[in-house]
Amino acid sequence: MAAITSDFSFMPVLPKWVVPVLLLAFAYGVVPLIGSSYLFEAILLPFLALSLAGVGLNILTGYAGQVSLGSAAFMAAGAFAAYNFNLRVEGLPLIGSIFLAGIVAAAIGIVFGLPSLRLKGFYLAVSTLAAQFFVQWALTKFSWFSNDSASGVIDAPRLSIAGVALDSAIGRYLFALTIVAILTFLAYRLVSSQTGRNFIAIRDNETAARIIGIPVLKTKLLAFAISSFIIGVAGVIWAFAYLRTVEPDGFDLDRSFQILFIIIIGGLASIRGAFFGAALIVVFPLALSRLGGFLLGDLFDSGVLDMSQRIVLGALIILFLILEPDGLVALWDRIRRRLLFAWQST
Amino acid sequence: MIADFDYQFFIEVLVGGLLSGVMYSLVAIGFVLIYKTSGVLNFAQGAMLLFAALTFVSLVERGVPFALALVVTFAIMVAIGIAIERTVLRPLTNKPPITLFMATLGLSYIIEGAAQLIWGTQVHGLDLGIEDVPLEIGGVLISQFDIFAAVVAAGMVLLLSLFFRYTRIGLSFRAVADDQFAALAVGLRLPLIWATVWAAAGLVALVAGLLWGARLGVQFSLSLVVLKALPVLVLGGFDSILGAIVGGLLIGASEKLAEVYIGDYFGGGIESWFAYVVALVFLLIRPSGLFGQKLVERI
Repeated sequence: MAAITSDFSFMPVLPKWVVPVLLLAFAYGVVPLIGSSYLFEAILLPFLALSLAGVGLNILTGYAGQVSLGSAAFMAAGAFAAYNFNLRVEGLPLIGSIFLAGIVAAAIGIVFGLPSLRLKGFYLAVSTLAAQFFVQWALTKFSWFSNDSASGVIDAPRLSIAGVALDSAIGRYLFALTIVAILTFLAYRLVSSQTGRNFIAIRDNETAARIIGIPVLKTKLLAFAISSFIIGVAGVIWAFAYLRTVEPDGFDLDRSFQILFIIIIGGLASIRGAFFGAALIVVFPLALSRLGGFLLGDLFDSGVLDMSQRIVLGALIILFLILEPDGLVALWDRIRRRLLFAWQST
Repeated sequence: MIADFDYQFFIEVLVGGLLSGVMYSLVAIGFVLIYKTSGVLNFAQGAMLLFAALTFVSLVERGVPFALALVVTFAIMVAIGIAIERTVLRPLTNKPPITLFMATLGLSYIIEGAAQLIWGTQVHGLDLGIEDVPLEIGGVLISQFDIFAAVVAAGMVLLLSLFFRYTRIGLSFRAVADDQFAALAVGLRLPLIWATVWAAAGLVALVAGLLWGARLGVQFSLSLVVLKALPVLVLGGFDSILGAIVGGLLIGASEKLAEVYIGDYFGGGIESWFAYVVALVFLLIRPSGLFGQKLVERI
């Protein structure tokens, strides 16, 4: 017993808020000064959008245990809703459009979450595919959503908040970073609240949760609503800050799987996990294409790259499920503990 | 309105729908086989289908005789089945079903990527030597190819049912499906059984891949037929071969009828999601599908 206590007394215990605050200070204070526009455009913006989508899906799948294969549909709903609010409502500030877009995505989430009241597991997972196909079809079919542009393509409006233009790469980065930081903080508060505990209780044993008095139906729908809200806003960032021009086909089933992979690789039921997973998913194709080009030269064309990406990604998923089911987060924590331990032993 | 309702046309659409439903059932059976015995919803079934069809076509194009190509492709599918059991399923024994599902999602990425890396991404035509001339039966035009597909599907279902009922390994399949732990306890060798099941699913994938490939051409989009099979499974229940057949027929028929009769009100192209809506509505009434087993949960 004594040994254990003394072990702990040596551990430099930092308050929980220190690391996130330091990271944010770095992201706001240092990154804009040293980053190139390639870093913002090709890495940080998709990273932020996908991280946020991962946070959203993690609330639904990681915490509340409801597997969804339709995340991209909610991203699309958010992106197109924000576009239309911005276009059609006079004088609505950008933040207003984004918030309302989140609400629209949440409403759609509730509708497609309704089957979860009766269905479980695979039956539910398959039924979320209905959202994926329906939303994509509706956005392509009804040109009203894209203001009658060809094949449903929408262009992002000019980004400005309180008169400050944010159209440069750095501006869009700061815009995305701020939204992601706020929503992530709220998500973090949520999962450690009573509601978050209810989510976990339903995930672990629905019948038991019902017996201890958790309103299962309401809680499940709440999980769908919150998750879709966050994913919808992530869709707005994807469309407005990252790509600037999107079409419904950009939010296909592969995108949904990508977000699911992010939370598997990063770590289920972990807010940090979404960021770890998104970082890997964004950086890995770039790294692979560099590496492939370096090793194989001209043989490594875009077709081969595409296929080898699929293979490596699939293998990564399986490896993580077998070797590290708790994801990169668990791996990171273990490495950190080892390092700390090694550092103390010296 | 009712007076000038064209019954002959209606029957034609209905029969066409039922027959294309058989094609969905073909894919769905592969899922059911694996789900029944190992509780895994194998998302990679579509990828296996693509791999089988692509391998077969590429062999035939390189001058391998038809029958030999069939045997070689089947052997490759068996090898893949065994490899999957060794490298993916065995380390994941006793993990929650959803983990296994995600593993098969990863698997489908690997198989799709590998299939196209090995054989290329161009579209191949596949000729099975069946003429696709419409046949007139009782005043209704029916595609000959569809009838052939239906016969093949019926034959396969019969074969599988007999196999499950009358062979020793079929009996052990059912034992494993009933209770994995009990099956292990009486000395059944789970790895062998799983490898066999995956090989059987490989065979189903090969047959379905050839029929679908002859219909659509052998190309990447072939692996997307898995998305057509999922509502069929949901409707029929994941663990029932009969359910896969009936579900396929129901989905096929309602999809075609909806496309023809109400599609225009939605502006067309509703087949991408209509099957899912049918399955969903149905599930709200019966949450475990038509023939699925009802799960009893313990606390």
